[in-house]
This record gives sequence, structure tokens and C-alpha cells, in this order.
Amino acid sequence: MSQLPPDQAVNLLGMMLRMRRLEEHVIHFAEDHQGLIRGHFHVYIGQEAAGAAACATLRKEDYVYTTHRNHAHVAAKGGDPGRILAEIIGRVDGYCKGRAGTFHVAAPDLGILHTSAIVAGCLPLAAGTAYASKLQKNGRATIVFFGDGAMEEGGFYETMNIAQLWGLPVIFYMENNAVQPGERAGRGSPSSDHSAKSLSDIPRAFSIDTHHVDGTDPEAVHELVSSLVEKARRGEGPFFVESRTSRWPGNYGAFPKSVGGDTDINWTWSPESPPEVVRKWEEQSDPVLLYARNLLARKAISRESLIDLDAHVRNEVDEAAKFALNSPLPPAEAAVEYAYA
Amino acid sequence: MPKTMTYAQAMAEGLDEILAADERVTLIGAGFGGLSGGQYFNPVREKYADRIKYPPIAELAYCGIAVGAAMAGMRPIVELGTGTFSYEAIPQIINEAAIAYSNSGGQTSVPVTFHMLHGVRGAGGVQHSGSPQPWYWNTPGLQVVEPGTPADVKGLLRWSALHSKNPTVFINHARLMDTEGQVPDGPHDVPFGLAEVKRQGSDVTIVACGIQVPRALEAAETLAREGIQAEVVDPRTLQPLDTATILASVRKTGRVVVTDESHDHCGVAAGLAAIIADEGFASLKAPIKRVSTMAVPVPYAKPMEDYVTPTAERIVAAAREVASR
Repeated sequence: MSQLPPDQAVNLLGMMLRMRRLEEHVIHFAEDHQGLIRGHFHVYIGQEAAGAAACATLRKEDYVYTTHRNHAHVAAKGGDPGRILAEIIGRVDGYCKGRAGTFHVAAPDLGILHTSAIVAGCLPLAAGTAYASKLQKNGRATIVFFGDGAMEEGGFYETMNIAQLWGLPVIFYMENNAVQPGERAGRGSPSSDHSAKSLSDIPRAFSIDTHHVDGTDPEAVHELVSSLVEKARRGEGPFFVESRTSRWPGNYGAFPKSVGGDTDINWTWSPESPPEVVRKWEEQSDPVLLYARNLLARKAISRESLIDLDAHVRNEVDEAAKFALNSPLPPAEAAVEYAYA
Repeated sequence: MPKTMTYAQAMAEGLDEILAADERVTLIGAGFGGLSGGQYFNPVREKYADRIKYPPIAELAYCGIAVGAAMAGMRPIVELGTGTFSYEAIPQIINEAAIAYSNSGGQTSVPVTFHMLHGVRGAGGVQHSGSPQPWYWNTPGLQVVEPGTPADVKGLLRWSALHSKNPTVFINHARLMDTEGQVPDGPHDVPFGLAEVKRQGSDVTIVACGIQVPRALEAAETLAREGIQAEVVDPRTLQPLDTATILASVRKTGRVVVTDESHDHCGVAAGLAAIIADEGFASLKAPIKRVSTMAVPVPYAKPMEDYVTPTAERIVAAAREVASR
């Protein structure tokens, strides 16, 4: 596998850090501010390599669909952290003027036209957008992110079938985020909720060009998705990717918790330092630290530059959080706007 | 010069003109016309074959594909066939298409048309005789269209496909396909949100949707022979709804029958009656009567099928009752 040039690699790491710091702020919003995030929510911690690298292969006008775990995908597609955080807490400066909230952050200007929190909800939409690209001959690619749970939904099967029959230029990017560290590079493993022995056997049964990738390895993701996006631009498709990551210990269903505190960039070179609850995960499975160690080892970045990069990103996202907190709540009567165009 | 043609003919002619007018219009499915009017659509199917996709039996996915294509700048028309099949696609119609514009704060519009046939078509059995319009009228973000005449189906379809910015559920009654009427020559638009008074009268207002329009006009003829002059108001679109035209007629007559071929609970007739009671109470001289499909899954055998259908005779009976108060 070819390595990314150092500047591109550092940019990718910077995006992964931005996504991590963004989600840490979301958890802080929930844990430190009474009433700021009033309901349940989901974060993308532990999957940053996949979203960052896949979106890094896209142009602004390409389409991305995401899920209830959308915040960091929007950032990876070029979203402004301040407007993302403002949306998550329902403020007027949010991407959707506070109408969408944590579950539905959409950014049409960035090609994220609509975000569904219904499992598999965006799969048909992504196929439809790809169908439009094919008719409009505009060379745009569509990536739809979804979790392994979406493969339990009927809509998944209907969409796979039509996408393959119609040859739609869409990349189905399935994020399996519950894989044991030693199995991430593997072809597949059984799921307790699925009768298939390996989830990627299912798209193969539809004759869909199917791939699997270690979702904690951003360069592996980048290399794979780049090649698929190039094909999609030529109108080819669909493609299926199983991206395999390992569950972050703070991922407690509907209410993620900051169990080990914010990720400390110094853990990159001192794997014994993290609190015990996250130590093993940080050592074996945290895509941000794994990639930081990789870039340090091959001298794509120095320790000092890495500390600077993290400080820069933290400052940026801290400012974004202030922007969000300072943004006003929408007036109550704005509720009745936008039912119809 | 207006021409006399059938409902299916008018629709097919309209579809031809729509496809000619805008390349963004594509068809997913093309089984228009149901079991009786299909032949009129054959020339359209041949002429625009490259803009029609015939999907597998996967309503959820192909409706969602149309929604995604609409969000990306196309203007798809989805032909679902029998309206009850649209229940398979409820997640995409109600949970995605209807919400995208609001959720995005007015950034993502979804100009898609979901076309379907509803109603007691004759020997359809329980799953091919349903009327989904109350489901969709209950969903903010959707527009709901129920044409009752050949001229209206043509003009409303054109408005939906070429001008509307919102997702539209376009509901035709299967038994309307063979009905005849006058249709203006060439393309014509019927903008959404404009009711039409189909017959003038002074004694009772019959608010009638879809196939209830010809049934109400038939009922009005019977009533006229008894000395009761019925005014027939056709909303044409339930959302947007032209309450002003309906209430103007209510003020004129003070007596109202509301009728739609769908079930009554939280249904179209019930919803319209509630609006009239709320906004037109001062004009009412009698309680509002509703004529809907009886509250039972539609049975198969003909006598039972006829019994549950909101026929012209039932409209006449309801109108007599309110006129006598």
C-alpha cells in the first residue's frame, strides 16, 4: 500500500483530531451543562479515520449521507464546527437553524442534503441522488455511511438490489464499529443480530463489488475509497465497503460518557498513561493515536508539530463551542416556518 | 376548443406534455391508468422509454430513490399502482420526503410526485380497495391531491410535476379512469390550493373530493328533482386547502355534507367537517353530515362492497337530512 505524502497525511490527522475534539465537546455539553442537550445523542469517537479519509477523497459538490452518528461526518465533509455544535444544541446559527438537532444535522451546501436518524433511512436517498447524478452526467460521487445495524432493515435489501440493477454510482460505506482489534483487518465475523456468517457476504450475494477495510487505518480507507470514487465519477457502481473499527469504551448506547476524559495527545508516546478504563482501547484501537504513532514513526510529523497541531485544533473547536453557546435559541414562533417550500 | 375525453386520456395527454416540457421529469414505474385506462399511456411509455425506470417490487426503496433524486434536482413522478402499496413506502414518504425541507431549515426541497390509485374499484378485495389520503393529509410537509374530473387531473398533474416544490401524494380513484369530461385544449395548469364550485346551489353545500365529485353531482340532480338545490364544492387539493371557497359556500347555504371515499376516523370528511365547524359555525343551520367509507376493512363480495361505499344515494340521504333541519 502506498503512503500518503506527509502534508496530506498531517491534514488527515488534523481532520481526525478536529472530529475527536468536536465530539468531546458534545459530551461536555451533555455532562457539564444542565439542559443543553436535553435528549439522547450519539458520537463518532473511534471511527474518525473512516469518515475523515473517505470524505477526503470527495469534492465539495459530491454527496454524503450519514446517520444518527452524523456530527463528525459533517465536519469531515468540510462542515464548520461552530455551526455543527450550534445545530446540536438547537441554535439559530446551526446548519439547520436549530430545527434538526443532534440527530439530523444536514448541510446541503456541502452535499449533505438530508440526514435521517432512522436506521437505513438514507440508503434509498443515496441511491436516488446517485441516480440523479447518472441522469445529469455530472460526475458526482455519493457516499452513504451507515452502521451494521442498517443491514437488519428491509430497506437495505431493496436498495442494494435496485442500485445494482440500475448500476448507480453510489458507495455504500458500512461502519461496523464492534469488531475485536485483532479481527479488524479480516473479511468479516458473525453478528449477534444477523444470521449471515459475515456481513459482507450479503452485498456479494447481490453481485455488488464488495470490499473490507480496517476502519482505524485512514490511509487504507483513503486508498480504497479513492479508487471507488474515481469509478463512481465515471458512472460506475454501486460499491460496498465494510469498515471495521473497535468500540470506544465510552459508547454507552444512547448516552455516551467521557469515561477516560478527553484524549491526551501525549498518550501517543506514553501508552501507559491513559486511565485504565480506556488504556487498552487507546493502545490498540484509537484511530487518532494509532495514526499519530504511525506518522511519528515514519517521520511525517515531529512530536512538537503534533503537539502544535493538536493545540491548534483544540483552540479552533473551543472557539467553535463558544460560538455555539453564544448563538441564540430560535424564537418559538419560528417553529411553524418551512413546512412547505 | 375543449374536447371531451376520459380521465385516463386526459392524464396520458398531460403526462406527454409534462415530459416534453421538462427533462428533469423522470418516471419510476409507468403502470398508469390501472386496470381500465392503461392503453392510453402506451404511446407515452414508448415515446419516453429512456426516461422511465421499471423498478423491482420494492416500494420503500424506489420511493426513496425518487426522493433522493428530487433532492438532487430532478422532478420524479413515481407510479405506485394501487394506493395501499404506498404503505410499504411509508418510511420514505412520511419520515424522509415530508420532513427534509423543514429539517434543513428551508434548504432541501423535494419536488417528487407519488401517484397512486385508491378506492373501491370493484372486486379489489381488502388490500386493493384502500384509501390512504387521510394518512398523508395527516402529515405536514406533504401535499395531497384528489382530482375528480378529467380537466382537473390533467391540470393538477402538470402543476405537481412542473411547478410544485414539495412532495405531493397524487391520489386518483381507480373508477374515475373511464369517466368523461370536457378538457381544455393544450397544456393547462390547475394550481394547488384552489377549490372549484362544480355546481351552484342555495340549499345545501356538498364538499366532495375525488370520485365523490361526480357522485355529488349525480346526487345534486336527484336532490334538484326534490326541490333541493345543492352546491358542490371540490377542494381539489387537501393540502394546500382552499378554506375560503368552502366557507363562502357554507355561508351561502348554512347546511353542509362532506364526503370522501376514505375511512372516517381522523379522515378527510372528518377533518374538513372540523374546519367548517370551527370557522363557519355561525353560518350553520344544521349539524354537518359526513359521508365516508364505512368503518370496516373493505370486503370482497359485491353487495358488501357496495354497502360500504359512499355512493350518490348516501350523499342524497345525508343532504335530505340536513336540508330538513
